[in-house]
Amino acid sequence: MMNFTKRALAALALAGTVASPAIAEGVKVGMITTLSGGGAGLGIDVRDGFMLAVEQSGRSDIEVVIEDDQRKPDIAVQLADKMIQSEKVDVLTGIIWSNLAMAVVPSATAQGKFYLSPNAGPSALAGAGCHQNYFNVAWQNDNLHEAAGAYANSAGYANSFILAPNYPAGQDALTGYKRFYTGALAGELYTTLGQTDYAAEIAQIRASGADSVFFFLPGGMGISFLKQYADSGVGLPVVGPAFSFDQGILQAVGDAALGVRNTSQWSKDIDNPTNAAFVASFQEKYGRLPSLYASQGFDTANLLISALDKAAVTDADAFRAALKAADFASTRGDFAFGPNHHPIQDIYVREVVREGDVLTNKIVGIALENHADAYAAECKM
Amino acid sequence: MSTILIIEQVLNGLQFGVMLFLMAAGLTLIFGVMGLINLAHGSLYMTGAFAAAVTAAATGSFLMGLAAALAAAALAGALVELLVIRRLHDKDHLDQVLATFALILIFSEGTRWLYGSFPLYLDIPAALSGPVTLPGGIQYPLYRLTLIGIGIGVALALWGLIARTRLGIRIRAGENDREMIAALGVDISRLYTLVFALGAALAGLAGALVGAIQSVQVGMGEPVLILAFVVIVIGGIGSIKGAFVGALLVGLTDTLGGIFLPELFKLVMEPARATSLGASLASMAIYVLMAAVLIWRPTGLYGARV
Repeated sequence: MMNFTKRALAALALAGTVASPAIAEGVKVGMITTLSGGGAGLGIDVRDGFMLAVEQSGRSDIEVVIEDDQRKPDIAVQLADKMIQSEKVDVLTGIIWSNLAMAVVPSATAQGKFYLSPNAGPSALAGAGCHQNYFNVAWQNDNLHEAAGAYANSAGYANSFILAPNYPAGQDALTGYKRFYTGALAGELYTTLGQTDYAAEIAQIRASGADSVFFFLPGGMGISFLKQYADSGVGLPVVGPAFSFDQGILQAVGDAALGVRNTSQWSKDIDNPTNAAFVASFQEKYGRLPSLYASQGFDTANLLISALDKAAVTDADAFRAALKAADFASTRGDFAFGPNHHPIQDIYVREVVREGDVLTNKIVGIALENHADAYAAECKM
Repeated sequence: MSTILIIEQVLNGLQFGVMLFLMAAGLTLIFGVMGLINLAHGSLYMTGAFAAAVTAAATGSFLMGLAAALAAAALAGALVELLVIRRLHDKDHLDQVLATFALILIFSEGTRWLYGSFPLYLDIPAALSGPVTLPGGIQYPLYRLTLIGIGIGVALALWGLIARTRLGIRIRAGENDREMIAALGVDISRLYTLVFALGAALAGLAGALVGAIQSVQVGMGEPVLILAFVVIVIGGIGSIKGAFVGALLVGLTDTLGGIFLPELFKLVMEPARATSLGASLASMAIYVLMAAVLIWRPTGLYGARV
């Protein structure tokens, strides 16, 4: 069956090549992502996952231009202008950070380009600011935090201490957690973005009488927090979104992360053939385990390829419909787009475990099934 | 708000302060003696942390990591001084800022090239991990307590070095009159290399010590550098004593501000807005402190009178 479908698709693609020059021209993808500075690990994983899928597709009609935004909005905007005006790309992708996405996506889609987000999912682009050419292949920002809240209920936590950095995604995170969490709050804290010392916050957690801690501190902030938390001896159970427990940073966190429960739409042990093949081939090609971000890059490329199999990018309406169908084998298993082009998917609870000498995650349950986001109703497209 | 919490927070502020002092001491020494603004000081901090992480991973010994951090940072500092800084002494500060900013980029990309983009693993030595119980029933991490001890020890040693040794006399003389001590036969360029390596080693030590509780990754030095500049502006440029007092002030203000400002606002407004507003103001607190000190004493607390 698989073989037949593949052959049929190949034949279809061949037929398309002959019939329509549009497909022969292929597609030019502009990838703007973070390859230097503090958040480079995320961008590198998205890029590597994306390029792996392109390579595996064996297609020669996909050209990818990759540029580094250095995590700076102004540079991202310049790169987007350059890619749209002089490189003439058809599709843009790659942005990691929500503030950069807000700077680039609205103008790119307004110029008729497609934008496929492999990571950032700010609420503004999911609700009233949605656009027919914008697709988010990862999640809406709140999703994993909502799942953490739902998990906290099921784990019987009734008095959480919650903290996040004081910036839009941090505020969204606490809002998302509180949307599903039904218990009381022992404390609610906003930390400084980029903060590295959490001694003061940990002292407050110790004094608060909480029974659990929820935190959203992406990248180096989360490493610092977890190491200091483990050393403080506070010892309350911790829940958080996958971002602070992902493959790229787990080794740096070390044993402090062992046993921590976190929520994610992807995990390397999701049981489906696509995922198994992805994990094996990623590890073979790059010599490390893939992360959440790598899976998102991989899925983004496969979504693009699935749409190219059906329509030429020059036929915007047909191409959009093909994207919307999301007719590709996702590493996450079930995946569909909601009315605002954001994912409807299962969000899992993972636990940090040690496998040999590597720290990694294992799925221990489902937090939310077929979960969509809270903003879809505000989207009119 | 219990007394235990307040005492714990004061300890946290002290610990943060003494670590800032290690950064600021080198920065202020280099500025005071050589008249040079070194933006790449944070890169030396990063160099120390990476050297410690790599060595500790290879040998399994945190102490070896510390030794490697001191050596690597001092060596990197000496090389930077010999290859780059030496040419900038007679240039104005803008040239120094540009050149040392370029050094930040070179260090960051070089480190990435060597070790990759993912953070490295450096853990607290087993003997120092976990909390201890202090008199009064306060639980406090042993490692942080050790850091306070090391910071104060280094401060005393540095004070002894500057006040009591021949090298210290030369450093103080170099601060006051460069031409005169050169005329007296002191090899000023060797003195400069030495001072630079010493400042770099202090930054490297801070990087390694802090790296064990925070993340060891590219770009980790820049946020600390900004705070270290605030410290030397408050303390008075060139003054080790000023750097120490300034570092403690900044450490305590930052830590205590983050706790008490939101609590204060909660008295007059709803909690969600209070935490958000309090957090925003708390992150500004050290700059408010800096402005207040500068209005009162424009050259900093222990700055030379202009």
